[in-house]
Amino acid sequence: MNIKGLLAAAGLATGLATAAAAQDDPTKVGFIYVGPIGDGGWTYEHDKARLAVEEHFGDKVETVYQESVPEGADAERAITQMALQGADLIFTTSFGFMEPTLTVARKFPDVKFEHATGYKTLPNVSTYSARFYEGRAVQGHIAGKMTESDIIGYIASYPIPEVIRGINSAFVHAREANPDVEFKIIWAYTWFDPAKEADAATALIEQGADVILQHTDSTAPHAAAEKAGDVVTFGQASDMAEYKPFPRVSSIIDNWAPYYIDRVQAVMDGTWESQQVWHGIDEGMVEIGEITDAVPDEVKQEALALKESMASGEYHPFTGPLKKKDGSAWLAEGETASDETLLGMDFYVEGLEADIPQ
Amino acid sequence: MDLSSINPVLLLASLIVAATPILVAAIGELVVERAGVLNLGVEGMMITGAICGFAVAVETGSPALGFLAAAAGGAALSGLFAALTQFALANQVASGLALTLFGLGLSSLMGQGYVGVKPPATPRLDIPLLGDIPVLGRVVFGHDLVVYLGLALVVVVWAWLKFTRAGLVLRAVGENHDAAHALGYKVVRLRLLAIGFGGACAGLGGAYISLVRVPQWTEGMTAGAGWIALALVVFASWKPGRVLLGAWLFGGVTVLQLNLQAAGIAIPVEYLSMSPYLITILVLVIMSADRSRAPASLGRIFHASG
Repeated sequence: MNIKGLLAAAGLATGLATAAAAQDDPTKVGFIYVGPIGDGGWTYEHDKARLAVEEHFGDKVETVYQESVPEGADAERAITQMALQGADLIFTTSFGFMEPTLTVARKFPDVKFEHATGYKTLPNVSTYSARFYEGRAVQGHIAGKMTESDIIGYIASYPIPEVIRGINSAFVHAREANPDVEFKIIWAYTWFDPAKEADAATALIEQGADVILQHTDSTAPHAAAEKAGDVVTFGQASDMAEYKPFPRVSSIIDNWAPYYIDRVQAVMDGTWESQQVWHGIDEGMVEIGEITDAVPDEVKQEALALKESMASGEYHPFTGPLKKKDGSAWLAEGETASDETLLGMDFYVEGLEADIPQ
Repeated sequence: MDLSSINPVLLLASLIVAATPILVAAIGELVVERAGVLNLGVEGMMITGAICGFAVAVETGSPALGFLAAAAGGAALSGLFAALTQFALANQVASGLALTLFGLGLSSLMGQGYVGVKPPATPRLDIPLLGDIPVLGRVVFGHDLVVYLGLALVVVVWAWLKFTRAGLVLRAVGENHDAAHALGYKVVRLRLLAIGFGGACAGLGGAYISLVRVPQWTEGMTAGAGWIALALVVFASWKPGRVLLGAWLFGGVTVLQLNLQAAGIAIPVEYLSMSPYLITILVLVIMSADRSRAPASLGRIFHASG
């Protein structure tokens, strides 16, 4: 058989297969990742949830994913391609995919989209995010208690509300635990660049920080802390358990699996509707990783109590009296921040010295 | 703002560490380009070296063997490029880009089992007496072997290109391969050696990132260092001394801007973030205002019949 014959046969076979599959078509779910699956942090957790979806639904779903998609114009191409491949539901898992997701969603009204950490929706675009700031409160408390130099280093990614919220929440609770605490913040302008994150951690350590918080996705800062010897770190997005019990003393874990399974089910049932969800410790989307023995037991108990009080809704991490950095009033005594303010947060709270890059 | 919290001694020491990967990769690419070959696959060879070195160092427990394996891995990958461009006479730009894509994919495949593994520590050279000199001791004598190897490479490449007959032949091949061929020099053989050397250097630079600077394995961890090394060669007008200057400038400003940020200086972060690129390009462009230019045969395909 020559090449043409082979191709024709293959084409026929594919056609038959498609016809056969059409009767019991699996739901196709696409995932767009901002980093590599092997980052050990943010993308790793999203992919874990993808695998959980596969396991839960078995043959009824088919998942596709693309990793290391840059935020910007290239993302639009990647999402379009996935929609053209016949995906029924597409999760775009980074803030910077917001506009590309909306653009593609307008072109494919029958495809459902779920955009992580954004704030714009369409009839076929939902947003979902986790209240990471609740986890940051626990981190801030432990950090404030653990620091001896009273200097806490913070590796931030991009100046967007999600990151600023994390800094504020960590700072408020670090100050509460230790009034002398000071934050040094480095903006890395990347979600994932191990060499840059390592350099940033080293620079912070050289300037006296003995606790490093990070809002970037790799484990590089942990390695830098380990090299320095006596610096505390926290797992970001994933447990980063390989650096347990020290320098990594605890972590914030993003657990997306229940939500993803829920939404895939909704698409299967035809009950999917555009919504905006923001789940926290209570719903299990934000988990606190094991607090290791490197943390004194008393501090550990306080941290766990703080976590419980947020889970039960009895305590809100942003409870007044709180002032903005410029000294103007923000929250009065006992008042808690509204979700609207938090979603658009573009200011530091009082006590933080640096300025937010514009 | 508190500039006193920046320790200049530590800053200089971390500058040298930050500059080493791009320095080593760039000096290798410089030799390749001086031989008239444009290999855009530096990023791919670096990341391949990073995982080869990492895997071998973890398995054997010896960072030295790891660095050797990294050089071998980088050179092996460059062999692919050499076969495509020197024997199959493929387009060098396309082959180089393909090499980068291939290297990124290959490395993440090879690295599957190494995510989250910790490599053995690369020891600092503790030179007795010299290392104890205040300031100078920490800055100049407190590094690991690869840092000194990188510096030695710059000197050796410079002297070899400038003073030896073999260096002269390499330059002749890069300037006019037809003339060099007419004189009886083995153009293809020489280029194969140069490409292999470039690959080994890139691999070594990559392993420095995965074994010393970060030190761990994550996919895509070179994050563009190979492209910076490539640009550095051009902006340094193919001169080893300027490559060293450029690498230190780039590494230095990178480290300095992070320190300035941490110290809370009032320069907007956006400017600080772009400063390593801007300053390095600016300085090297001003310096290359003299008559230096690219090797005349750079990127052109050579065939003995031509």
